[in-house]
Amino acid sequence: MRSPRFLLWVIIALTVISVFINLPAFKDFNFGPIKNLNFNQSPVLQKIGITKPLDFRKGLDLAGGTSITLKADMSSIPSAQRDDALNSAKIVIEKRVNLFGVAEPIIQTSKVSGDYRIIVELPGVTDLNEVRKLIGTTAQLTFWEEVGTQSGKLATSSAYPINLPVGYKKTNLSGSDLKQSSVGFNQNTGKPQVLLTFTSNGQQKFAEITQRVVGKRLAIVLDSLAITSPNVNEPILGGNAEISGGFTVDEAKTLTTELNAGALPVPLNTLQSHVIGPTLGASSLDKSLFAGVLGFITIVVFMVALYGELGVIASVALLLYALIVLAIFKASSLTPFSVTLTLSGIAGFILSIGMAVDANILIFERMKEEQREGKSKKTSIELGFSRAWTSIRDSNVSTIITCLVLIKFGTGIVRGFAVVLILGVLVSMFSAIVVTRTLLRLKYG
Amino acid sequence: MNIIGKKNIYFLISFLIIIPGILAVIFYGLNLSIDFTGGSRITMSFGQPVNDKAVNLVKSEMSAQKIKISTIERSNNLLFVRTQPIDQSQNSKLVNSLKKDFANFKEEEFETIGPSVGAETTRNAVQGVILASFLIVLYITYSFRKVPKPASSFRFGVCAVVALVHDVFVVVGIFAILGHFFGVEIDSLFVTAVLTVIGFSVHDTIVVFDRIRENLKRNPSHAFGQVVNDSILQTLDRSLNTSLTVVLVLLAVLLFGGETIRWFIVALLVGIVSGTYSSVFNASPLLVLWQELRGKK
Repeated sequence: MRSPRFLLWVIIALTVISVFINLPAFKDFNFGPIKNLNFNQSPVLQKIGITKPLDFRKGLDLAGGTSITLKADMSSIPSAQRDDALNSAKIVIEKRVNLFGVAEPIIQTSKVSGDYRIIVELPGVTDLNEVRKLIGTTAQLTFWEEVGTQSGKLATSSAYPINLPVGYKKTNLSGSDLKQSSVGFNQNTGKPQVLLTFTSNGQQKFAEITQRVVGKRLAIVLDSLAITSPNVNEPILGGNAEISGGFTVDEAKTLTTELNAGALPVPLNTLQSHVIGPTLGASSLDKSLFAGVLGFITIVVFMVALYGELGVIASVALLLYALIVLAIFKASSLTPFSVTLTLSGIAGFILSIGMAVDANILIFERMKEEQREGKSKKTSIELGFSRAWTSIRDSNVSTIITCLVLIKFGTGIVRGFAVVLILGVLVSMFSAIVVTRTLLRLKYG
Repeated sequence: MNIIGKKNIYFLISFLIIIPGILAVIFYGLNLSIDFTGGSRITMSFGQPVNDKAVNLVKSEMSAQKIKISTIERSNNLLFVRTQPIDQSQNSKLVNSLKKDFANFKEEEFETIGPSVGAETTRNAVQGVILASFLIVLYITYSFRKVPKPASSFRFGVCAVVALVHDVFVVVGIFAILGHFFGVEIDSLFVTAVLTVIGFSVHDTIVVFDRIRENLKRNPSHAFGQVVNDSILQTLDRSLNTSLTVVLVLLAVLLFGGETIRWFIVALLVGIVSGTYSSVFNASPLLVLWQELRGKK
């Protein structure tokens, strides 16, 4: 073990960092004689190259919003293409949601026992009619031919694609005429290109259109957004087209996925949906925060009443524990593994405070016993820690095992709870073993 | 205090609590929420306390749209309605017509769960409990492998799990009774509560077992029952103090934490009290009982 003095500095550093992360940004705050205080983490973070905003990621039950689990009906899709089709359906939803302007949406796909699913979480959106517009309809892929500026009146039509220049006309070719799209490589240049294969019906329509628009552009539109508008160099009669246009492999893949959304449309059925009004979420957040603070005060009073001075030290360790855990939650929003705070997560956090106290109680009770046997205070502190350690370790490992099972088998709520509890248990072991011990050693050592 | 000597009394107390619960599960069944059965749940607010007139109006609006109601519950300003699964368009139609009836009508929450998802949740919950129990037996067997003879680490594992199953029965049983008489539902939060109780119960049991392990090494000459009894008494302060802290925290959350997690907290409270009881009065005495039965052979 390092010297207590060194550990004290580590603890102080951790406290400062945690407080820095946890403090909400404020502006022109007045506190007694001090006027116009300002605080914001962003400039400091930007200096070390972090541009994402630092904030707790709140779950739908606290922020309000809509969560929907959709099942993709794959009955008409050949099994080899089902993964592609699912991805395409996801991309379509993603595009629509982004266009609609939802902050921090989550759109995931999952395969559960042969079911293909899409899980959509839209914070702040509580109007089901809007949600249905976003995800309720299958994607429409249409082809628009360039006809010149003479038909400018078309541009005023509401069905006209948002980002397409004036002068295009919708053709009779659509997504159902497209059999499949895939990424290929040009044999001469080795550059990635997007390949289109049409159905026999589509082959005929496509041939007619390409004969008509040689030298002009043919735009491909998904829903109401043009995704590409390649130039038609020559009539294509065989039903196989290539779009080459200096894109990277990733760009080619994205375009392919978007095209497949039209070629492989999957009807989506709602398996599960949950809409939480914003006021309900906010009041849940307030109540659980209040309960957490109250629970914490209860513990402090109880510990000081039971163990006196030791209780004060344990309370300091607990406060630091709570600060570190909250800082981890908040800082995790900068990483891909962000912890989402939900109602059950807060319950898990409050419970983990209880478990953190337990480690302290175990140690203190053991110290009392050793002192009763006539050992000096210093010796009983060391013995208290070393003898309590095995039970702290074993009991916490079993809690961690339960949490891992929960994370594996649980659905949303359960998983949120388990993630928080597992983090809490790990930090609580640190808090009891390092923080409490260092403080005790400095005081009595 | 001689806990081991009176172990049969403590076992009896456990049975007296568990048996009514088991009977309730058998005869009344569990009041499963839509998380398991599938269905819809709508939380409505009217901007004023809910009266009978409002409830009847909601009922008639729903029957007009052929939505089958399972239960209606009210609390102050909110009305909770459980129905057969309804889809989003049915829901928006309902909301629109209710908005005409009530000036300040708001749909606070709307949840629909398909029956297949419900079945999946049930399967996951059961698998989770079984897997967690199994892993805990394995871990304890491993962690206590150096425990001196005649005790065996496997027995420690099994006894910890028996205590855990005891706690699951207590919580599920009490909620079967609450469900029948007060309409309390078992939802996925309840599953979380049960799994937490499992973790806490084992946590508690291990603290006592750890002391038994230590005392067995220290006093190899003492009788097994005596060692166990001493260990229970030595850890009793800690068991009570820890449980009391957690119970106090939970009470704080119960009183001020809002309605959404109320029954979740109650489940935790019941489970933690039961977990403390079972780790002191069931798990360790069971070790002694097992030892005695082996001795007679």
